Amino acid sequence: MSEFEPKIVGFFCNWCTFTAADLAGTSRLSYPPNIKIIRVMCSGMVDPKYVIKAFLNGVDGVLIGGCWPGDCHYINGNLKARRRVAMLTEILKQYGIDERRFWLRWIAASEGNMLQEVVNEMTDKLIKLGPSPLNKSHKADLVLDS
Amino acid sequence: MSKSIKLSFKKGELNKELADFFKKMIEKNAIDALLAPMTQPNKGVMQTLVTKNSNIKAIDSIDPFAPVVPVNGAKIASSITAKPSNRKVAMILRSCEIRALVELVKLKQANLDDVLLIGIDCIGRYENLDFLKFQEQGETSESFIEKGVAGNTQNNDYDISKACKICEFPRPDNVDLRLCIIDTGSDALYIESLSLKGDKALEKAGIDLNDSVPASSSNTVKKLIKERINARDKAFEEYRESSNSFDDLEKRFAACINCYNCRVACPVCYCKECVFVTDTFRHNGDQYMAWADSFGTLKMPADTTFYHLTRMSHMSLFCVGCGQCTSACPNDIDLMPVFRTVANKTQDRFDYQAGRAFDEAQPLTIFDHDEFVEVTGQVK
Repeated sequence: MSEFEPKIVGFFCNWCTFTAADLAGTSRLSYPPNIKIIRVMCSGMVDPKYVIKAFLNGVDGVLIGGCWPGDCHYINGNLKARRRVAMLTEILKQYGIDERRFWLRWIAASEGNMLQEVVNEMTDKLIKLGPSPLNKSHKADLVLDS
Repeated sequence: MSKSIKLSFKKGELNKELADFFKKMIEKNAIDALLAPMTQPNKGVMQTLVTKNSNIKAIDSIDPFAPVVPVNGAKIASSITAKPSNRKVAMILRSCEIRALVELVKLKQANLDDVLLIGIDCIGRYENLDFLKFQEQGETSESFIEKGVAGNTQNNDYDISKACKICEFPRPDNVDLRLCIIDTGSDALYIESLSLKGDKALEKAGIDLNDSVPASSSNTVKKLIKERINARDKAFEEYRESSNSFDDLEKRFAACINCYNCRVACPVCYCKECVFVTDTFRHNGDQYMAWADSFGTLKMPADTTFYHLTRMSHMSLFCVGCGQCTSACPNDIDLMPVFRTVANKTQDRFDYQAGRAFDEAQPLTIFDHDEFVEVTGQVK
């Protein structure tokens, strides 16, 4: 049986987490290729639709990266994102998307090392958690492998 | 002690007394217009607007306690008041409509400055087609209330809607006046004033508030609320156990044809234009082909589950559980429990309750630096 490689979509704020990912790269800090990064201008512009769509398309985890409270380039977009994540988590939970699959993390532009840690940690945890119930391609793999 | 006026009526004359009462309100200029459920010339009962300048005799066809809510009146109140007419209008609505209206006011999609909000005791409503049968069988609001208070709402093969059976708000709050009829004796109704606006309107109409709603009535309402809460919690539990995966959800939506009637009927689906009917979801042919390529199959119409989940993320914080979504579904999908159970969770997360108070800010309109720290679990 092939080892499960989780798919993660990352919505990274242009001003902090995305820059942190850049820093991680230039600092030669490697992190798992399981994450596919989408750059957004602010964690506060991550519409719940984006997250829902990602899960419906079978990703195993979604990571939103934003600036620490007080550091938002747009003053308070990250604080709005936090409430939105709290709300959306409740909806996803009801239908079997474990809250451990949906992360919001504050990662500042200078925290390349933290970005590495967070992506490592999330990937490890998702491997233990197994594929998302909506990860149809993986379900198919399991059938073929068994 | 509550301030109210007792309105006695002979059997079969409840609506006549109410009509006289509201005609008097208009004649004395306490209000300029009345929006209330009225019997239509041919069939059915609908919210109807009568103004001082129109034929106020039309008020004789008033029937506020008719067990039907063809559309949630919050939407009607919104269409009349979002751009104000500057005319004082009394609106007779029930709890689910008023709670939705409270949310619309917060969203600035309704304005109650010129409105005298009148709430009525409500035991429940029949589905629209069932109500027409109910009327054909010669049943009346009075007979419904009498039986309903005793817990007997079933009529032949139909009953009040499932949403009403688990509704814990039979007596509305946040109103200026309240028409109390649950357990007030078979020949009396109490009009209770709950605000300065209500006091003033009645004063202008020359009505003294010498009575108070009998304790038996409040006790019966409390008892009913308790029963309904039990029924609600049981329904939540059943639903949560039977629908806890996307497969369950897809099974429930199996007959969904993406008509979006549920959001048209929803009083708190607040977007002026739903994103699902915009270009965002008008894809090119090659996009559909590409999806079919990558997923193996593509169910058409596409995005059914996506739509319902997105709707949840928009309206669940404001859902008042009126059940109009279920009523509106052409394929008889019971949507109310889907939205209500999720709404219960999302509203709880913010200690919010849709329609509870005008001055309670909607959860996603406020935010603070030091809150919900557990979402990220990070502390600097």
